Amino acid sequence: MTSSTTEIEQLIGKEYDKGFVTNLEADTFLPGLNEEVITALSVKKNEPPFMLEWRLKAYRHWLTMTPPEWAFVSVDPIDYQEISYYSAPKQKKELKSLDEVDPELLDTYKKLGIPLEEQERLAGVAVDAVFDSVSVATTFKGKLKEVGVIFCPISEAIQEYPELVKQYLGTVVPQEDNFYAALNSAVFTDGSFVYIPKGVRCPMELSTYFRINASNTGQFERTLIIADESSHVSYLEGCTAPMRDENQLHAAVVELVALDNAQIKYSTVQNWYPGDKNGKGGIYNFVTKRADCRGVNSKVSWTQVETGSAITWKYPSCVLTGDNAVGEFYSVALTNNYQQADTGTKMIHVGKNTRSTIISKGISAGKAQNSYRGLVKVLKSAENARNYTQCDSLLVGDQCGAHTFPYVEVKQPSANVEHEATTSKISEDQLFFCQQRGLSAEDAVSLIVNGFCKEVFKELPMEFAVEAQALLGISLEGSSVG
Amino acid sequence: MLSIKDLQVNIGDKSILKGISLDINPGEVHAIMGPNGSGKSTLSHVLAGKDGYTITGGSIEIEGQDLAEMAPEKRAREGLFLAFQYPVEIPGVSNIYLLKAALNAVRLHKGLSEVDALDFLTLVKEKIKLLGMDEKFLYRSVNQGFSGGEKKRNEILQMAIMEPKMCILDETDSGLDIDALQIVAAGVNSLRSESRSFLMITHYQRLLDYIVPDVVHVLSDGQIVKTGGPELALELEQKGYGWIGQEA
Ligand SMILES: Nc1ncnc2c1ncn2[C@@H]1O[C@H](COP(=O)(O)OP(=O)(O)OP(=O)(O)O)[C@@H](O)[C@H]1O
Ligand SMILES: [Mg+2]
Repeated sequence: MTSSTTEIEQLIGKEYDKGFVTNLEADTFLPGLNEEVITALSVKKNEPPFMLEWRLKAYRHWLTMTPPEWAFVSVDPIDYQEISYYSAPKQKKELKSLDEVDPELLDTYKKLGIPLEEQERLAGVAVDAVFDSVSVATTFKGKLKEVGVIFCPISEAIQEYPELVKQYLGTVVPQEDNFYAALNSAVFTDGSFVYIPKGVRCPMELSTYFRINASNTGQFERTLIIADESSHVSYLEGCTAPMRDENQLHAAVVELVALDNAQIKYSTVQNWYPGDKNGKGGIYNFVTKRADCRGVNSKVSWTQVETGSAITWKYPSCVLTGDNAVGEFYSVALTNNYQQADTGTKMIHVGKNTRSTIISKGISAGKAQNSYRGLVKVLKSAENARNYTQCDSLLVGDQCGAHTFPYVEVKQPSANVEHEATTSKISEDQLFFCQQRGLSAEDAVSLIVNGFCKEVFKELPMEFAVEAQALLGISLEGSSVG
Repeated sequence: MLSIKDLQVNIGDKSILKGISLDINPGEVHAIMGPNGSGKSTLSHVLAGKDGYTITGGSIEIEGQDLAEMAPEKRAREGLFLAFQYPVEIPGVSNIYLLKAALNAVRLHKGLSEVDALDFLTLVKEKIKLLGMDEKFLYRSVNQGFSGGEKKRNEILQMAIMEPKMCILDETDSGLDIDALQIVAAGVNSLRSESRSFLMITHYQRLLDYIVPDVVHVLSDGQIVKTGGPELALELEQKGYGWIGQEA
């Protein structure tokens, strides 16, 4: 029995193949954090004065805060003075088009399976590629502009559309929201900005690709997406990092705003370097993602497939402010070896008839710990609010763990909140059955894991479904056939 | 086709199969009967290559190839099929996807290309009709929520798609109602051919009324204690297993 358990573990324990380092001349700040560093950063980015003030306010608040300790993960204390807060590949001048991007960089993205030039030629997905602290290329800008969609690095938006940024930045995740959000607000370097005007259905999927390359660099990106009345957008986010022995910090903030009748679909495939088999190295992924369904009938869906990072601490949430607003959370989190994941969601029901759905699938293998932490809060004002939560855990081997922490707070008697949870194991009988039908053990594990994740995978946009499949080493045809 | 010589198998330290010899020629149908716990499923598992069994003596061969050295998926691709006594459920994996994956595994092994999507659909629909199953079963998760009889029928559907040459049916008749038994038997009979052999494990004569075997073996306490023609099954039905030991 143990023999086949280890077999399953080996199958799932694929080597990280995105761990190469790109050698580029970089413009990097010395490690350390203080008001001068923040000022220098703001200057470097040509920011208007309001932005610097905003950052300093966040920094001063951060100094009074301590990191959260309640998550079911153990973290070595991080020395924030040892991190460099800015690193950018050196570029001679401003870029006018992709042709001017350093070929070495384009090559990096190609190796990652994201050929930027082709992405530009092939219709379908507009990509914003963030390399360490700066955005290096945004494709399809022109075509989007025709319909009035703004999709650009947030650093550019701060300069070009300061009024929009001022109006929305920090309105979903306030600077003082939590320790990592405050740090991000003080030092964020880049990220994507999206504005979809009234009544516009964004003609293509928008996508950001994050890559941590430089060592000892933190990546603090900030994403702000605004869907104006009756608009639609689907946004994809992917991430990788080189293999390094030391831990690297990634503390992002993502804010989504959906106005009346607007819909945002936000999908993530996260594959940060998880550390080696012995738990050395890997990315610390501490992310605050929140959506405000501000308008009536607005809707936000978070879909995520997470296989990377040494430690993940992440709760994409929805505040359902508008009447009839809908929030959805579909998640697959796979942890292996010594990875630790503490993820989940928060659904805050404020408006009448608001609805939320949570489908969480956790897969743990090796010695990994996987926790789901979910909060469903129904305020007094949220008449007839409804929530359905389903948390399923799949264990591979017997040294890993799965934990579920549901929190429910209901202040409105007409609300209806349902929670279901299951834990299962890949059984030897299932594995043998598949092999008896001609499948290799590896394909059998993929098939079973794929089946387990099906409800989430079917929510992913087609382009991303393929990547998710590659990530879990899973053939995805299964869910499309069914 | 299948040749088993003096096969001895342990689970841990416990001896389960104590020297079984059996030869099945191409086109033959053999039945194995025997009391609960006599080792029938163990034999089927060992033939299919399941983990957890130790072969302590003897040999198993399919068409002259040593089975014991072959990975279970290789045996399946070579044409050895086991219809399980207790089919497992695979949540979230559609039946049709499993069928396609299974067929493609066999085809690739034979050096053929993957099956064309349209051809596959035509084939599946034809077979599912043959087994009197609703097409809805194709899109449900493998065996999930299936009744006992539906699971058994589903095993035979997989067999019909994979077209194996050596079919082992472990109590496929248990759990089938009378109509289903006839339909499944008709399905199996339609697969009978000069080049395909069957080993059917069963407790009941009634299956053998529909699928008439060439040879019947009685397995008791890990040994084949009697071998005969179809009439042996009838005799067992009437007298039980007790008399065999006395005779020997
Ligand atoms: N994992 C195991 N550990 C110990 N003994 C086992 C194990 N698996 C099976 N056995 C024993 O092996 C013997 C043969 O079991 P097997 O399932 O082959 O019987 P069977 O003839 O198929 O019975 P049935 O007619 O009830 O299906 C039984 O005594 C059973 O208890
Ligand atoms: Mg049995």
